[in-house]
Amino acid sequence: MLKSMGAAKQAVHANVGSETDVPVAKSTSSGRKILPIVEGVVLVAALLAPLVLQDYLTVFATRVIILALFALSFDLVWGYAGIMSFGQALFFGSAGYGVALLARDLDITNILLVLPAGTIIGLTSALLLGGFLLLGRHPSSVIFVSLGTLTGSYAADRLARGWYYLGGQNGIPSIAPMSLGGYEFTEGPAFYYLVLGILVVVYLLCRFLVRSQFGLALAGLRENEQRIAFFGYKAQHLKAIIFTIGGAIAGLAGSLYAFHEGFVWPNMVGVVVSTQVVLYVLFGGSGTLIGAVIGTVIVEGVSFWLSDNYRDVWPIILGLLLLLVILFRPLGLISFVLGERERVGSFGAKPKEKRNAAP
Amino acid sequence: MPLLEAAGIKKVFGKLTALDGAALTVGENEFHGLIGPNGSGKSTLMKCIAGAEVPTQGKVSFVNTDITAFTPTERARAGMSLKFQITSVLPTLTLYDNILLALQAQCSLLDLVFSRTRGLLHDQVMTMLTQFRLADRAFDAAAALSHGQQQWLEIAMALAGKPKLLLLDEPTGGMSLEERRVTGELLQPIKQHCSLVIVEHDLDFIRDICDRLTVLDQGKVLASGTVSEIQANKAVQEIYLRRA
Repeated sequence: MLKSMGAAKQAVHANVGSETDVPVAKSTSSGRKILPIVEGVVLVAALLAPLVLQDYLTVFATRVIILALFALSFDLVWGYAGIMSFGQALFFGSAGYGVALLARDLDITNILLVLPAGTIIGLTSALLLGGFLLLGRHPSSVIFVSLGTLTGSYAADRLARGWYYLGGQNGIPSIAPMSLGGYEFTEGPAFYYLVLGILVVVYLLCRFLVRSQFGLALAGLRENEQRIAFFGYKAQHLKAIIFTIGGAIAGLAGSLYAFHEGFVWPNMVGVVVSTQVVLYVLFGGSGTLIGAVIGTVIVEGVSFWLSDNYRDVWPIILGLLLLLVILFRPLGLISFVLGERERVGSFGAKPKEKRNAAP
Repeated sequence: MPLLEAAGIKKVFGKLTALDGAALTVGENEFHGLIGPNGSGKSTLMKCIAGAEVPTQGKVSFVNTDITAFTPTERARAGMSLKFQITSVLPTLTLYDNILLALQAQCSLLDLVFSRTRGLLHDQVMTMLTQFRLADRAFDAAAALSHGQQQWLEIAMALAGKPKLLLLDEPTGGMSLEERRVTGELLQPIKQHCSLVIVEHDLDFIRDICDRLTVLDQGKVLASGTVSEIQANKAVQEIYLRRA
């Protein structure tokens, strides 16, 4: 709701400025206000969901919100910076295992400790892997990075399966709930609103980042990495930075996931979950933050519904749906309502400065 | 001291020797044309100078520093800039953001994250766009420009970081006569602060704007000198000018 008010305000600004604002108005006449509207609608729907959903569906919705947070991390890395990370679950799962161990072995479940800890685990593992894969003197190839991240995720999966301390095939069950003082976060509306709040904050931070001048550098990186190196950008550094930020967000999502489900298991670091997040983002629309969220909700929602109603064939139906979208809508479902110009947007711009831009 | 000195540059691709001891010397505020028949190694020499290719042998010095082993980023930061043969403006971004992207390349990370230089650079962006006659389209996507305009945008981007040396690989490729003439006009003023190495097929264009020429043939320097010296050179006439 806040966001749609912001959008209205923006619209007023645009009207006030329109007389002196010819080039801007021209370039944005194809509807600059769609994105805030979509964001507002999604937010309102998310806020109302627990009021209309049955309890077991609120639990499901909480899981979806956490996965949407995870999808944001992949979208930053792939959709905005063009780094093909096929191993995003590595950071998600490592953080999950990390906080599960904190809870199991050290009895630490305080939310103010476990969430930062999970974030730092995600950040550190992304920094290590990203440093290795991305920080060469010369830019590393897309194949090298995608295979490197994929291998990392696969290796972590094997490691988790084989390591007795981590519970082997079974993972770590019965994780104590997250706590704050005497309060325990168990499945339900409170947990739901907690993760929704976290998602909104992270979403806004991401939006700030991708719409800044740094976001412009990322756009350059995505479109033509070689070119921006010739401008003097340290392209490898930029990539490592955004990869690390992505890892931190994935870590935050992974720790929430571990506590919400109450257990962690090897799949959580593995290739399956890594691929799943790619699908969320491609389905919804990579390179838009809201696309990642919508993609997660729809893919998870549809598989939930299909698995209930078409128990045997649902993975095939889901697979076909995904194929159709990727074939015919490579920019994802969001591209039905969002034009190219608005998707790319502008960077570091304030309305006031833009008005001065008119010659 | 010359601004740029490339000596004994050899570049081998598999069995093909693209450059065989080529050399190029460019002084300050000098417009230097690099000409030669197709396949003579002009573009390869440009790439070796800019860092897009690593020479098999030879040495490149720039502002008295040996930059042979520098990455493109390091060369750009030392004051060298390249416009590619194939236009590589970022098509989905606006013209404004294309120029801003080039201008902010050396800003600190925090400046970028908090968009602190956006206001400061605004005037420079608009000046560049005005200089290259693109200001009225500042907020259109670069993909909407004509080919010639994209080339201008690209030159503007290459000049944005105030380089000491600009390498232009076929700036007028695919341009109409009128666009070529304008390109020449657009390039003249930069002489006050920048040297230029230009690879070009259009010899009239080269003659009009260059001070000196280097002629390559089969990876070697055939001749180097002022425009009139080169025009008078018998060997050059043999292999090149007569055909043109």
